[in-house]
Amino acid sequence: MDAIPLNHILLVSSLLFCIGALGLMIRRNIIFILMSLEVMLNAAALAFVAAGAHWGQPDGQVVFLLILSVAAAEVAVGLGLVLQVQRRFKSLDMDRANRMGG
Amino acid sequence: MKEMIWLIPLLPMLSSLALMLGSGSFSRLIIGVLGVGSVGAAALLTLLTGLDFLAQPEPYTVSLWTWMQVANFSPGISFYFDGLTLVMMSVITGVGFLIHLFSTEFMEQDASYARYFAYLNLFVAAMLILVMADNLLLLYLGWEGVGVCSYLLVGFWYQNSANGQAARKAFVVTRIGDTAMALGLFLLFTSLGTLDIQTMLGVANSKWQVGDLMPLIACLLLLGGAVGKSAQLPLHTWLPDAMAGPTPVSALIHAATMVTAGVYLIARTHGLFELAPTAMMVVAVVGLATSLMAAFTALMQSDIKRILAYSTISQIGYMFLALGVGAWTAGIFHLMTHAFFKALLFLGSGAIIHCLHHEHNIFKMGGLRRKMPVTFWSFMIGSAALAALPMTAGFFSKDQILLQAYQLPEYGVWLWLGGLVGALLTAIYSFRLVFVVFYGKANTQPDKDVGWRMAVPLSLLCLLSLIGGYFIIPVQAVFPLSTDGHPAHWVEYVSISVPVIGVIVAYLIFYSKRLDVSRLVQSTVGSRLGDFWRIGWGVDYLYDRLFVRPYYGLSALMKSEPVDRFYGWVVSINQCFNYWLSQSQNGRMRRYLVSIIFGLIVLLMLALQLTPEVF
Amino acid sequence: MVMINLVLILLVGGLVAQFSERFGSNIPRRVALAVIFVDLLYLLAHLWTIEGLNQAQITVVDDPATWLMYFQTPWIPAFGINIELALDGISLLMVILTLVLGMVAVSSSWTDVNHRQGFFEANLLWTLAGVLGVFMALDMFLFFLFWEVMLIPMYLMIAIWGHENRSYASMKFFIFTQASGLLMLVSILVLAKLSQDASGVWTFSYFDLLGTEMTPQVAHWLMLGFFIAFVVKLPGFPFHTWLPDAHTQAPTAGSVILAGILLKTGAYGLIRFAVPLFPEASINFSGFAIALGVAGIIYGAVLAFAQTDFKRLIAYSSVSHMGFVLLGVYALNEFALQGAVMQMVAHGFSTAALFMIAGSLQERLHTRDMREMGGLWQQMPRMGAVAMFFVVASLGLPGLGNFVAEFLVLLGLFQIAPWTTALAALGLITGAIYSLILIQRSFQGEPKEKWSGMQTADFAGREMLTMAVMMLALVFLGIYPQPVLDTAQPALQSLIEMAQSAEILP
Repeated sequence: MDAIPLNHILLVSSLLFCIGALGLMIRRNIIFILMSLEVMLNAAALAFVAAGAHWGQPDGQVVFLLILSVAAAEVAVGLGLVLQVQRRFKSLDMDRANRMGG
Repeated sequence: MKEMIWLIPLLPMLSSLALMLGSGSFSRLIIGVLGVGSVGAAALLTLLTGLDFLAQPEPYTVSLWTWMQVANFSPGISFYFDGLTLVMMSVITGVGFLIHLFSTEFMEQDASYARYFAYLNLFVAAMLILVMADNLLLLYLGWEGVGVCSYLLVGFWYQNSANGQAARKAFVVTRIGDTAMALGLFLLFTSLGTLDIQTMLGVANSKWQVGDLMPLIACLLLLGGAVGKSAQLPLHTWLPDAMAGPTPVSALIHAATMVTAGVYLIARTHGLFELAPTAMMVVAVVGLATSLMAAFTALMQSDIKRILAYSTISQIGYMFLALGVGAWTAGIFHLMTHAFFKALLFLGSGAIIHCLHHEHNIFKMGGLRRKMPVTFWSFMIGSAALAALPMTAGFFSKDQILLQAYQLPEYGVWLWLGGLVGALLTAIYSFRLVFVVFYGKANTQPDKDVGWRMAVPLSLLCLLSLIGGYFIIPVQAVFPLSTDGHPAHWVEYVSISVPVIGVIVAYLIFYSKRLDVSRLVQSTVGSRLGDFWRIGWGVDYLYDRLFVRPYYGLSALMKSEPVDRFYGWVVSINQCFNYWLSQSQNGRMRRYLVSIIFGLIVLLMLALQLTPEVF
Repeated sequence: MVMINLVLILLVGGLVAQFSERFGSNIPRRVALAVIFVDLLYLLAHLWTIEGLNQAQITVVDDPATWLMYFQTPWIPAFGINIELALDGISLLMVILTLVLGMVAVSSSWTDVNHRQGFFEANLLWTLAGVLGVFMALDMFLFFLFWEVMLIPMYLMIAIWGHENRSYASMKFFIFTQASGLLMLVSILVLAKLSQDASGVWTFSYFDLLGTEMTPQVAHWLMLGFFIAFVVKLPGFPFHTWLPDAHTQAPTAGSVILAGILLKTGAYGLIRFAVPLFPEASINFSGFAIALGVAGIIYGAVLAFAQTDFKRLIAYSSVSHMGFVLLGVYALNEFALQGAVMQMVAHGFSTAALFMIAGSLQERLHTRDMREMGGLWQQMPRMGAVAMFFVVASLGLPGLGNFVAEFLVLLGLFQIAPWTTALAALGLITGAIYSLILIQRSFQGEPKEKWSGMQTADFAGREMLTMAVMMLALVFLGIYPQPVLDTAQPALQSLIEMAQSAEILP
């Protein structure tokens, strides 16, 4: 069976990244922003795995594991922040979390 | 005695200092003794120095120390003594002493007795420095010093802001003249390399020819200073207002001494003026014009001191006329006799004001002849001298001036005629004063007569006004010999008779009321002319519109500092940017996210552009 | 070492003053007075040991050995920055002026400050320390450091203890000086770089930077950098607008130091740095600089006349007087330069005294508005007489120091530009106008009823003593200025020679 060309995977990865970034910019709910962030992270991880498969090195998968752990840690902290935001501002709307007047 | 000549200005200066420091703790007697005594001592020392000098008439210089020394500019504090100095010093200390004595009675009730004498002594010291200075810079020190003292004394009764205004006017107008004089000093130093008067005259003679441009400019600048200090056209407007000061001050400063400083300056630097005949003509014309203008104005005044003030301006015009035609000795002689009779007249008016509870308007006086005999005779003799009636001091001096003016080639006749008109007017207005004040119905009764401290100076000045004409002033060595020729006898007869005619006219109008000029005065032409003369030919009005109001307007306009507007714009631009940029710091998270991603894209683009080989 | 100690005494003294407040609120000012006095004595004691002072040897600008005092120690060797201090005639005069006026300043705010006295006196002393550093520093980096150092305590003095509009005034003062100082810093750095290009060695020393090779255009711009910094401080028209606000809102001691000393640092900078470092550029620029000077004289005088605030009038009179200094420096001949130095000294005394009088009036009357004053001579004759003395000094009466200065400046200017001198001489007339209106509106005229109970408020012993010191100084400068002229002459001589040689060479 032919291996999937690297470019295709990179294309998918960048598409995923853009979807994630778009979601990041557009969504107002903090939970959805976090999810978009996860999507972006996974897109980057996919790119790494593909590159590792292309070059035949295990480094790509190592980095994937790294990204996974970073994502997990970040989600933990992020959800803690979300809880605090919910408590202070009584809403999960990003635009509400704004004490500055501007 | 020669070496101690610096004591003469020092004594009044020390007395002034003592009076300023100890004004609270001295009794009236001590103040009077210090004030009058210091000037009296100075007068005595002047007398001794003078006798010394007359015995051995050699001019000499006494140097104290070098004032400053920068490159080749090294004026010293040094005094020069010759015949001219002696005449001036005698007038200052002699007449000054009498006026100081008069003041002790005149100012007796005043609360600021000590301050008065402090200022008056300081004035005498400064005036002495002025006439004794051997270089123009030290002369300038005395010059400005008397200006400041005049300001202090005119504004002596400071509680009335009108006095302050008169004092400021006096100072600022003379300052204009002083600035011109300073420029003249710069020019002289730059061209001749020294300000030492005797040296300077020598260098000028060798360096400049008669009729050169440089001496003309320098002389005109010095003349600028002289007209300021001596209240001649166009800087004369301060003197009538300066009558706001106490009357002895007017007598000393504005009659006998400070206003003669300009005459002294021109006489002292006569060597320069002789190199610029045009300048001398200007001096003569200025003198004559001022003389006539002031005489007409004096005719229309009703305040006794203002009459005398304009009379002073007029008489100094005669002195300038004399200097302008080269009659140096005559000019100085008239300076001296004028000091005598004008001081007499002012002190007399002071006596009247003192005894009539500060009445100044002559038409409110009258019939004082019987109640105040000493004053009456003072005025009689003083006015006679002023009008130059035969055998008075004023007669000899004014006559000399007119005769020498006549002898000037080309314009002499016109100058002489102008002088005659002036003499006629002088006689009329001075005897108008006498007849209105001392004869006729008494409108105000004097509540006292003069005490001895006023009577003695008045009497002595009467004496001087009569016999002063016989003095021979020792200035032969100072000035070049003037033409000794005699004009035709009819000239002399006319010159003598004109003042007499004037007295008769005054008698007819104001005493016996034979000549009725009321129709003339009240006609349209007459009253317009009269008003015009009364306001001093409108010069004050002109200056007010031309200089004073624009200056006030300019400074009010600029008060809010137009230059600051520019810096205000800098601040506004700054605040503008602040406003715009602070929009980006608004706490809206999604905006931040968008800008982060946007920035990321831009950076990637840049990276692509700049390092294409990596990709 | 002496010079370092002069600055250190003041710095440490400031700290002592600050902490002495715990012993009593009237202790800090006594400490401050003592510290400055000790500093002055220390300086005078060491002066006797310098031979150069008596021999009147020429201070050659390039040769540090001919200066009166010289000290150098490395600081940042990588860039050639040293701690380099030196004194010549001019800086010596300025240092003595600073210390004497420092004492006057402490005396003038004796009863003025009623909160945080310790910090106030500390700021005063640190300002003085900065000023001394400015006058003595010859390493350009060190000079810039001290230039900024003298700024900050002054800013604090105005901002904390000033009057009603103090935040605006202090901020304006700070920004003006900082911005112009930035220009100077750029010039210094470029100059050092040029010198490094030419000789391969980094140096910031004044002696080494003299005579650096550069094209006329570059020289012109660098000179402008320095010029603007110093002219803002001077203050020269049209960069003077910080001054009226700063002087008016500052506490009395602040005004005294600002007007008496800080303004002179600008003039000193012009004489020491702007002209010698760029002689040809300065000569080419001198016409414009002289025009600015004349404009400053007339503008300052006209605006002074319009003011109703007592202190603001005196502030504008300072603008007018310092115009003479700018004239004198850029006329570049011996008369004018001596006149400029003389004006720096005499104006220091006369204006410090006037500000002290202003402060005393404000303390007693709680107003600076002259429309509320009038006839005060009656209640306060001593203050009136002293005010009259200094007013008369300010308008240039011969026999007092200001006349000698103005006369020499105008005489010097006349040598090169007679018509401009005539214009500048108008400053004498306008000077008389505003000086006399000052005393007219405040001390003369009809007494106002609200001040009738003020008999006991006249000048007391301490104030009279301070005034007497300044009066004597002005009289001495007026009738026997030769010691001052002689002290400055050797230092100016080489400057004049440099200017003359720069003119001859193309």
